[in-house]
Amino acid sequence: MAYTHEVEMTDICKSFGGIAALEHVNFCADRGEVHALMGENGAGKSTLMKILAGAYSRDHGEIRINGEKKEINSTKDGRDAGISVIYQEFALAPHLTVAENILIDNLGEGKPVIDWNHLNRQARKILDWLGFGHIDVREKVENLSVAYQQVVEISKALSRNSSVLVFDEPTAVLASSEEKQLFKIIETLKGQGVCIIYISHRLSEIFAVCDKITVLKDGKNVDTVTTKDITEEQLVKMMVGRDLTEMFPPRNAKIGGVTMKVENLCCGKKVQDVSFEVREGEVLGINGLVGAGRTETLRAVFGADKKDSGTITLGGTPVQITSSKKAVSLGIGMLPEDRKKHGVLINQPIRVNMTLASLKELSGALGWINRKKEDEVIGDLVDKLKIKIGSIENDASSLSGGNQQKVALAKWLGSNCKILIFDEPTRGVDVGAKVEIYRIINQLAEEGASIIMISSEMPEIIGMSDRVLVMREGKVMGELNKNEISEENLIKLSMGVENI
Amino acid sequence: MNTTGNTEMMEIKKKMTVKEFLIRYNAILILAALIIISAILSPVFLSTQNIFNLLRQNTPIMLIAMGMLLVVLTGGIDLSVGSIAAVAGMMISVSIVSWNWTTGFGIFMGVALTLIVGLALGAVNGAFIAFLRMPAFIVTLAMMTIGRGIAYLVTNGQPIRWPEGTGAQALLDFGSKGVGVVPWPVILGVAVLVVFWLLSKYTVFGRLVIATGSNQDAVTLAGINAKKYKFAVYAISGLMCALAGIVMTCRSGTGTPISGEGYELDAIAACVIGGASLSGGRGSVGGTIIGVLILALITNIMNLLSVPAYPQQIVKGIIILASVFVQSVSTKNQD
Repeated sequence: MAYTHEVEMTDICKSFGGIAALEHVNFCADRGEVHALMGENGAGKSTLMKILAGAYSRDHGEIRINGEKKEINSTKDGRDAGISVIYQEFALAPHLTVAENILIDNLGEGKPVIDWNHLNRQARKILDWLGFGHIDVREKVENLSVAYQQVVEISKALSRNSSVLVFDEPTAVLASSEEKQLFKIIETLKGQGVCIIYISHRLSEIFAVCDKITVLKDGKNVDTVTTKDITEEQLVKMMVGRDLTEMFPPRNAKIGGVTMKVENLCCGKKVQDVSFEVREGEVLGINGLVGAGRTETLRAVFGADKKDSGTITLGGTPVQITSSKKAVSLGIGMLPEDRKKHGVLINQPIRVNMTLASLKELSGALGWINRKKEDEVIGDLVDKLKIKIGSIENDASSLSGGNQQKVALAKWLGSNCKILIFDEPTRGVDVGAKVEIYRIINQLAEEGASIIMISSEMPEIIGMSDRVLVMREGKVMGELNKNEISEENLIKLSMGVENI
Repeated sequence: MNTTGNTEMMEIKKKMTVKEFLIRYNAILILAALIIISAILSPVFLSTQNIFNLLRQNTPIMLIAMGMLLVVLTGGIDLSVGSIAAVAGMMISVSIVSWNWTTGFGIFMGVALTLIVGLALGAVNGAFIAFLRMPAFIVTLAMMTIGRGIAYLVTNGQPIRWPEGTGAQALLDFGSKGVGVVPWPVILGVAVLVVFWLLSKYTVFGRLVIATGSNQDAVTLAGINAKKYKFAVYAISGLMCALAGIVMTCRSGTGTPISGEGYELDAIAACVIGGASLSGGRGSVGGTIIGVLILALITNIMNLLSVPAYPQQIVKGIIILASVFVQSVSTKNQD
């Protein structure tokens, strides 16, 4: 009989609302192996792992665990098959103790009464085994550091005797000293024959901990390689894989004078003494790792969070931006990072979403909305943005992610904002819609708007920005002009390497 | 073979649409069913007198439900409506009886003062909820108790009877007379409904109230002061309660501190039966009107049949449960 992989996913297909997320993807991982799953945002890594864990149901394909065909149709099926996923957002009950969280799905071991001594002993045994015996099992989880919370989450997975552990960007929430601890745990688990699937964007990590790498692109397999046979450059090429000029349409914007100047901005721990300026017709990229304080900086500029100190000058005049209402009245608009939470009113008609920021211009005395004018404005925006909609009276939830993002964008085009902040504008958007969003950004810049674009995606930052500001731990690490923008420089600055 | 296949297909399609129809228009169907049942069970039901009586009796709750709808649209709740209505009833009575404000101008002042008191109590709710970010349930629960306390305190729990034949007669006439067969309170009620319908459908205020309830963060980030709208709906709710309190007292001619008890639950039930979501962002004036009428009809039909009060409550509860159940099924279908 042929050798059996621990995890074998064959010919997996999955689409959401007609948009293919995975097309005939194959994936194998072995016991005692750390297998990286890589690809750009939207490449289908998370979708593939959610199918493995049973959080999504697949449209087509077969899953075998240890050679045995499994029907995984719910997260319970996934757990029973020995698969645990450590998501970025932990699934912990903060008010319960460490021991309770670790053994949450088997508190009484079948008995109606909990034997606390036994429970705590069991939990301690697992923590000891991981080398974290010093964590008090009676401590409430909310009092632990993020890194220790992650340890609890891993322990929970181990208490279920999981043979496959999926880490979804585990280091995104960790400080660098904590990362080393995590890598140690991963080594331990690997030594015990656990199959580890590791999703991450950070190349250095991949080369430090992973044995094999599978690269996905646009929902398809690119290749599976052994880590030691490949260089970082080759890996990046595999991931990006497409011609950058094709992705990023050319822009003919004339860069003019400074429109907004931010000086010595401070806001809590996340924003420390940040200064920058943006010009007419310019796209200023803001790059850095997750948690570098990019979103916080721009939220403070926009008045969404209260700043501690710092001055903002618009067209030469100092302004006090105390609320987002004030920001909008001064001509600043923002497209937030989390579309469903902050960007769109998901359960409201497209009409309401599109004119939310410009109702004042569309209404007369007594706040009476001029429907005819509103319809005209919406019609223009739908054409301009090429939004695919049935009717503007349908809820925003009926749209695909890309079209939702365009609707969220539309509300700023209808208003008269000259400075636009885009926070991860193409997150969770398919490639076609991405290019269209880039076109819209270009068009806005060509019309003289100043664009500030926060993005974690290297190709996007490189392809779109006239200038890039790189942040790390709340500070500006450096500024790169058009001819200096390269992946290497960006990584160096965001990792805190001093000299370029 | 082919034909049977087709008929089967058509039947399935038809079944689906019937189901969808039932889900979408469940409230109006329940109302229609209640009207038909009422008409069959009691010959008196469809008489002009009974119908206008029914409408007049339910004008106060209709007014309160409109204020409640705005609150519910923002994702809030107002438990203090019944108490504020009672305070208003006492306020207008005190102005007439104790202060002897019985001239035409006096009556006008009394009504204005009462409306201002309602508005102010509602504004207190709104300020705590919108600006101090306290939970609406708790704030309005406190106001419910405080308001009831004030209503009792005014006369130490005694009802105040309006004298007949004085200037207050105008108000009493408003409560008992009308234009032809249409009672004055009903005319007032219809006017208010039209205002609320226009408000919710065609104005920036209505649109932003709904948007705030749907996603306050997104509205704030669109450069809109969402708190202002949250505050305003409670103030308006207070105003509507005061108006309802005045209408109630005009009808009975007596200010009683116990009036309006339980109105908060009827008003919330009316909104919910009419399709409003308590988590905000969803609800309509039309639906709420139907909700009020359904609750009113249940009471009316059972009164006509001399069903005692206690079983009435059970039936009311079952209908609320059933309509919300149908809605939860329909939202699941959407997902």
